[in-house]
Amino acid sequence: MVVAQVLAVIIFVVMFVMIVLDKIERQWVTLACGALTMILVFGIAMHSGTAALETLNVRNIFTTQFWYTGSAGESSSTGINWSTIIFICGMMIMVEGMARAGFFRWLCMLLAKAVHYKPIPLLITFMIMSAVLAMFIDSITVILFLAAVTVELAKLLKFNPLPMILSEIFCANLGGSATMCGDPPNIIIGTSLGYSFADFLTNTGLVAGISLIVVVFYFFLVFRKELKAGSNGEVDIEKMPKPTEAIVNKRDFIISAIIFLCAVVMLVSHAQTGLTVALIGAVIAIVTLICSGKHILEILKKVDYKTLLFFVGLFIVVGGLEQTGILVKIANLIENISGGHLMSMVAIIIWVSAIASAFVDNIPFAATMIPIIKSLAATAGVPTATLAWALAMGTDVGGSATPIGASANVVGTSVAAKNGYPVSWGKYCKSVAPATVIVIAISMLYIFVRYC
Amino acid sequence: MSKQTIIAISREYGSGGHEIARRIAADLGLKMYDRKLLDEMADEKNIEVEYLEKYDEKPRKLLLSRTVNGYCNSIEEIVAEMQFDYIRERAESGESFVIVGRCAETVLADFEGLISFFVLGDQDAKVARVRDHFELDDAGALSKMQRHDKTRKRYHNRHSDGKWGDSRLYDMCINSSKVGIEKTTQILEDYIKARA
Repeated sequence: MVVAQVLAVIIFVVMFVMIVLDKIERQWVTLACGALTMILVFGIAMHSGTAALETLNVRNIFTTQFWYTGSAGESSSTGINWSTIIFICGMMIMVEGMARAGFFRWLCMLLAKAVHYKPIPLLITFMIMSAVLAMFIDSITVILFLAAVTVELAKLLKFNPLPMILSEIFCANLGGSATMCGDPPNIIIGTSLGYSFADFLTNTGLVAGISLIVVVFYFFLVFRKELKAGSNGEVDIEKMPKPTEAIVNKRDFIISAIIFLCAVVMLVSHAQTGLTVALIGAVIAIVTLICSGKHILEILKKVDYKTLLFFVGLFIVVGGLEQTGILVKIANLIENISGGHLMSMVAIIIWVSAIASAFVDNIPFAATMIPIIKSLAATAGVPTATLAWALAMGTDVGGSATPIGASANVVGTSVAAKNGYPVSWGKYCKSVAPATVIVIAISMLYIFVRYC
Repeated sequence: MSKQTIIAISREYGSGGHEIARRIAADLGLKMYDRKLLDEMADEKNIEVEYLEKYDEKPRKLLLSRTVNGYCNSIEEIVAEMQFDYIRERAESGESFVIVGRCAETVLADFEGLISFFVLGDQDAKVARVRDHFELDDAGALSKMQRHDKTRKRYHNRHSDGKWGDSRLYDMCINSSKVGIEKTTQILEDYIKARA
């Protein structure tokens, strides 16, 4: 077993380093490391077909429980988390349909018009919109559209768009922490540990809501002078782009809006209906494709298969660590350091997750931490949910701290730089890192007060 | 020149490649794009030229940037892509010009009228040139030269499948120290005329 453990750790470390180095596309890194795990760890070192089959987890897809639980929450499982993959794929297809119809641009322009294109109200509105949209849609899409519209408006209104883009990035990550489908770590946590959308909303959602109020004030205080200095007061509304111009096709627009609303309703009520997120993902994907008519191929081509493959490889590598018992050892280590105190465990998990997520991809980190908190909860006799909320807030919000911490940060700063507004590490961290520390501190106190 | 001619000159620091490019452009009546193309880009895109200059021909800082769904947040990479797009647009417009650096031999490889050169030099000659130009001592000149060459090499190899200075990548590689700037310019111009 020692050989298997050493091999599993080496493969995992190599995978992480390769992802950070970004020399080879990350899906090839995780898939190659996943293949090595199957061959070296499960095959040569462990001679265990069972471990390999459990990690591949394909059988799970053909069970009724995978699609319909009939009771609250998802069933937990190990190995490749197919629920996460199917759900994310479904969301990608739905979002592609919405984007093609002009939904996001329309929404941005509508709200900009509603606040009469004034920079400060725009800042606050776009921050809230970013958080709310990110509760249901991936943060990359949210930022892609928000940042593009922000730059467009900034050029017309002659203000620096960077303060708004940085605030939007932070709020997208914060909004993502509020729900089960907002951020990939939450989807993985929810599907792996059997939590529902409502579980997230009433736990991480509440602290995300409180934090949103605080960060809206924070960013207003930090950026108000910069935004006021740039704007020249009078705005000729006639010259501004009209929201209706964003709608590419009215029929598609209405259909995509209805599908989105249905997806939200299904997600909010899935604990009551018994539908799993995998089924919801599959349903919204199929309905979007049926409604898209002749554009089916176009939409399917735009699905980010690379990310889906990345998940497959990642889950296998983490499965290697899990099957060889390495993660139990890490859980024991955390238990020893914390002395078995729940508060110390929460503090360790939330801060370590936040700091790690600020520098490395939070998805592999969360995927690795889930079996650890499961084991920790079992051995130390503490509630898994408390540790899960600490992990979710740490990974989701911690990623905001640096320009490379989360996908939304990378996309937002890239869009800004391409439009002539470069964001250096110093500039980014000066305004966003303190907000991250504030929200992590609020989250920790919230967890202490409510659960410890 | 009736048909499109694009002369791409890559160079070692201190080899006089930039001066050679300037002379070729003047002799053949062609516009030259070097660092100054940043001014035009900044004007066209309504962005600050200092931003472009700061990250011009610099390699990506690997651990400080990431790529997500094709979006990279390395400012060096974004400035490089902006320049590549700009010189591609110039080439697509049918314009003939001389371009210094910026991986032009790779970026414009598909253009029939591309003629690419790599200008190198003997270390002593390059050090002397840098020393005189910047009023440095030999050690300072050597250090400056090595630093710039290292940066150029990393920048080039990041954006090109070929290696910086590899003769297979260019029409001609020439050592300017052997016959001097003037004669090197003449040899390259003769080659350009032969290709025309």
